[in-house]
Amino acid sequence: MHIYVTDHNGKEHELEALEGWRVMEVIRDWGLPIKAECGGACACATCHVFVDPDWQDKLHAASDEEEDMLDMVPDVEDNSRLSCQILMSEELDGLKVSLAPSAKPDAEVA
Amino acid sequence: MSEQEIVTDVVIIGAGPVGLFAVFELGLLDIKCHLIDILDKPGGQCAELYPEKPIYDIPAFPEISGQELTDNLLKQAEPFGPTYHYNRMVNELEKQDKGDYLVKTDAGETFRCKVVVIAAGGGSFQPKRPPVPNIEDYENTSVFYAVRKMDDFRDHDIVIVGGGDSALDWTLNLAPLAKSLTLVHRRDSFRAHTDSVNKMRALVEEGKINFELGQIASLEGENGQISAVNIKNADGEKSLPATRLMPFFGLTMKLGPVANWGLNLHENLIEVDTEKFATSEEGIFAIGDINYYPGKLKLILSGFHEAALMAQAAKKIIHPDEKVVFQYTTSSTKLQKKLGVK
Repeated sequence: MHIYVTDHNGKEHELEALEGWRVMEVIRDWGLPIKAECGGACACATCHVFVDPDWQDKLHAASDEEEDMLDMVPDVEDNSRLSCQILMSEELDGLKVSLAPSAKPDAEVA
Repeated sequence: MSEQEIVTDVVIIGAGPVGLFAVFELGLLDIKCHLIDILDKPGGQCAELYPEKPIYDIPAFPEISGQELTDNLLKQAEPFGPTYHYNRMVNELEKQDKGDYLVKTDAGETFRCKVVVIAAGGGSFQPKRPPVPNIEDYENTSVFYAVRKMDDFRDHDIVIVGGGDSALDWTLNLAPLAKSLTLVHRRDSFRAHTDSVNKMRALVEEGKINFELGQIASLEGENGQISAVNIKNADGEKSLPATRLMPFFGLTMKLGPVANWGLNLHENLIEVDTEKFATSEEGIFAIGDINYYPGKLKLILSGFHEAALMAQAAKKIIHPDEKVVFQYTTSSTKLQKKLGVK
């Protein structure tokens, strides 16, 4: 199965994904820039992605915990999700997301 | 030597789990440490990002929370009397004659030591900056990420953005002295303590503060002084008059000044060997998440191992004439005495 990830420069990458992997892990494993500093614990909000509108409804709803962490995303939108909370499965084959500015490894700090 | 200089054997940069365990390993070898951390508490990521989350891969702890792990490590380090310096960042590292290092912080202290241990994890925690055009032009003049002096906010039109404890606490604290105060959050649900949320809602009810759904879109102002914060929400855009803005989106890590110390780096990580965990500079070691070597795994347990080996190498630099006998805490009365075992 594959996912399609648009990077910060607008380039789309087709990445092979494995069942049960978190989307964040797929992105990181293929070497695309994603901060993901807590390593997938839903504790930092630095693996933020925008989900393609066609795919939004196909994902399980964000848990309360994920919603809470999305509060820590300064560039949150309606289609914002934390990619460490999306587990790959057959139904998500073809999922399209784009990397959010706040998930850049060198994301802006004050 | 200036009188402000603090003299010690080792300065450990970072009081996360690996920095704390390094105190223990160095302490067994009679080496004294000072630790410096940018956070206001020990524990690093464990305390800042996931104090309540269970960790399942610490040997002999089937499950332990980030905070419990931190508390245990502090207790384990305690017999060696480390000195902790919080809320400051090391910004300069200078090599002196005779191999000493001068470590300088942004709080104005200078430490003189023989060995520097960088245990800074992912770097220093800094406030997240919202992606609002030109926000940096207003930072520290009318846009603040922390309150240093409450009086700087008196009689101002304050806008606070966020839904966590920092946002709610400062909303409640600043409301009495503000000219006006508006809390802006993306949703009508807050992860802050219920008590704070209830108090905030009561103030809104009484008309003392305002609450707006939305997020910051842009700022208006000139010469470092904002005059309005424009927010956007489902209804469109709205302009809020404001002379002070406080965005609270939590902290994130940045390598920071470490990058300027002339150490060999590997993609923002410090290259070390796997015998001593020494960097390219004699007397400077790097352990835990911040280092890189072939096969590196960013695990707390790897950092613990690195701390033990680093300590052996640091010993040779600090006490070059002492012969070190490898001992176990279980059987060595000498080590047990150091640990305060009765």
